[in-house]
Amino acid sequence: MYEILEKEVFSAVTKLIVVSAPDVAHKAQAGQFVVVRVVDEGERIPLTIADFDREQGTITMVFQEVGKSTIHLGTLQPGDSLASMTGPLGRPTEIENYGTVICVGGGVGIAPMYPIARELRAAGNHVISIIGARTRDLLFWEDKMGAVSDELIVCTDDGSYKRKALVTEPLKELLEGRNDVSRIWAIGPAIMMKFCCLTTKSFGVPTIVSLNSIMVDGTGMCGACRVEVGGKTKFVCVDGPEFDGHEVDWDLLLSRQRIYLPEEKLAREKFLAGHHDCMKK
Amino acid sequence: MSEPVKELTTKERMAIPRHEMPRQEPMERRKNFFEVALGYSAEQARQEAERCLQCKKPSCIEGCPVEVRIPEFIMALRGGDMPGAVRALKDKNNLPAICGRVCPQETQCEINCVLAKKGKPVAIGRLERYVADWELGQGVTPPALPPPTGKKVAVVGAGPAGLTCAADLARIGHKVTLFEALHAPGGVLMYGIPEFRLPKAIVHAEVNYVKSLGVELRLNAVVGKIFTVDELLNERGYDAIFLGTGAGLPMFMNIPGENYNGVYSANEFLTRVNLMKGYLFPEWDTPVKVGKKVAVVGAGNVAMDSARCALRLGTIRALEEGSESPEVHIVYRRSREEMPARAEEVENAEAEGVILDLLTNPVEIYGKEGWVSGMRCIRMELGEPDASGRRRPVPIPGSEFDMDVDTVIMALGTQPNPMVFTASGGLERTRHGTVVADEDTGKTTKSRVWAGGDIVTGAATVISAMGAGKRAAADIDRFLRGE
Repeated sequence: MYEILEKEVFSAVTKLIVVSAPDVAHKAQAGQFVVVRVVDEGERIPLTIADFDREQGTITMVFQEVGKSTIHLGTLQPGDSLASMTGPLGRPTEIENYGTVICVGGGVGIAPMYPIARELRAAGNHVISIIGARTRDLLFWEDKMGAVSDELIVCTDDGSYKRKALVTEPLKELLEGRNDVSRIWAIGPAIMMKFCCLTTKSFGVPTIVSLNSIMVDGTGMCGACRVEVGGKTKFVCVDGPEFDGHEVDWDLLLSRQRIYLPEEKLAREKFLAGHHDCMKK
Repeated sequence: MSEPVKELTTKERMAIPRHEMPRQEPMERRKNFFEVALGYSAEQARQEAERCLQCKKPSCIEGCPVEVRIPEFIMALRGGDMPGAVRALKDKNNLPAICGRVCPQETQCEINCVLAKKGKPVAIGRLERYVADWELGQGVTPPALPPPTGKKVAVVGAGPAGLTCAADLARIGHKVTLFEALHAPGGVLMYGIPEFRLPKAIVHAEVNYVKSLGVELRLNAVVGKIFTVDELLNERGYDAIFLGTGAGLPMFMNIPGENYNGVYSANEFLTRVNLMKGYLFPEWDTPVKVGKKVAVVGAGNVAMDSARCALRLGTIRALEEGSESPEVHIVYRRSREEMPARAEEVENAEAEGVILDLLTNPVEIYGKEGWVSGMRCIRMELGEPDASGRRRPVPIPGSEFDMDVDTVIMALGTQPNPMVFTASGGLERTRHGTVVADEDTGKTTKSRVWAGGDIVTGAATVISAMGAGKRAAADIDRFLRGE
């Protein structure tokens, strides 16, 4: 179960895996996520679905190595298996023909943006995509995003590839230049989504974000993932992960993402000290 | 050769004092997660078994939701026939090592014991645990199974209700698939009840027994997401479904400040500690944080479990750091008399050092830089009885005061998770989110669907869920046989 069939290394810290999970793939839709355990003693970590293949029975995930669990996941090779995968969880993206839409993917957020852009295009939308990353190495899927977008803008924070800009800059220019954009999706680090929402707010264009809060079960049982949207408490796992970004309390999300920083550091250091050899793979 | 056992007279039996259960000392056990109650020795168990009067009309059985033949298993134990004791016990109860630990015997079988009228009842729960543990120590032999009936049943949720229903159906020869949303079977037995009350090795052992009956266990399968109820019935070929998904949604108070870092639902706190083994961090990966002063809001068994886990985590950390032991408070708006927890659990918590703040209700949680820094409470008094028959707590105006706490755990009860109801048309629910089901049979308003346990009753006990699973299994069997 949950065998890794393929692996791609996008950068030293960004990796893609394709995992065999036929029943999950059968039901997966754009915008949903899975909860993964790397090993039996492992945490339950939520990862957004980057792609799915119902015929092959596979789920594709792209992850950035940040803490112990994702670093450990990055050491696995094709033929290895995950301890568990649960899903598909969360509500799928509401795909409709909205007219013209903008899809903003930042860093590892490009991955979940891809199936959403693809479905939006298939539904008849004019899809303008903006993808960006801190630096060239962290950028991926320019070709895939290009194939599902009518227009594609690529940028890097440091200018090491294509346009030197934060994703908010071309986003603002697009909104200034045209008044037919009816909806925007922004997926990436919380801070990027926060600033995308600040950018789009004055233009009054609904902006959907996919929140990445800490979770345990992912099924509404624990409430670890709670956020405030429009002044109301919501659970990202069952009420989301997509929300109206203009209503999200970003500072609360950012604060709650930091609850376990000291413990995460300890776990990472312990793992790296104990697994120095397999890290060389 | 031992001497032939002399039959005792009733008077002699009644003169034997009830045997206390050996336990870890309170100040010792708050430093570890090992089981508190240590179990009877063989001699203690035999002597306790001698107290049973073997009533002609045993009223103890009437108090048991799964109708264990109590006098029969005690008689076999007394006569040294341990395999016989196991058979008598397990004929009705598939999970005796669990029930022997977590059932509220004092309000069920033991309250009905004739000895309870004049003194102390036979310690039925402790004897049940002794017999079940003896069998686990020997290695469990599954019973012979009848030929397959060719009928397929999906049981959703591998908690007490689901495990019981699955086991009973499998023992009759039906093919059972048991779907579990989490990565480990057991439900509340795994994520809710702590290791020191119910060791997880015991849960694993009893789940393995259920699997040995031919039950196929499918973990990580969230019904409502990966398969819907209608798909299981119409596309996956199940003849019947039992829903035993429990009451898994946490409730909050909806007071200001509940989303600060350091506020947990009891579900999250206990899941991190128990299922994810947060007390073994960093050997296990999931962290859990408790501060120096913890408030647990609520006074049910879940609140007691949360308080005792917090106390242990804090005490262990204090020992490692050489710092002061933590303070753990139970904050409850009614008085001691209305506390829903078992008296024994309250005693255990208090003995370990948990402080009860009764007639106290939080009104706001304060924060500093995103973290809990205090909790404003108001004093309460008891007024007229409410719908539950308990006296309604009423705030005393002007009695607000601040508690200096850094961790708050909300243990206010739970509701059924609505996820399972996706594509399950025709399944009627109450306004509390519970499923409408016949009390005697578990039958719901939807054809071929039964339900039992907390999904029907709201949060209740392990054994009442098991009773519901058992009654539903019997009715599902009647249905499958075309009666």
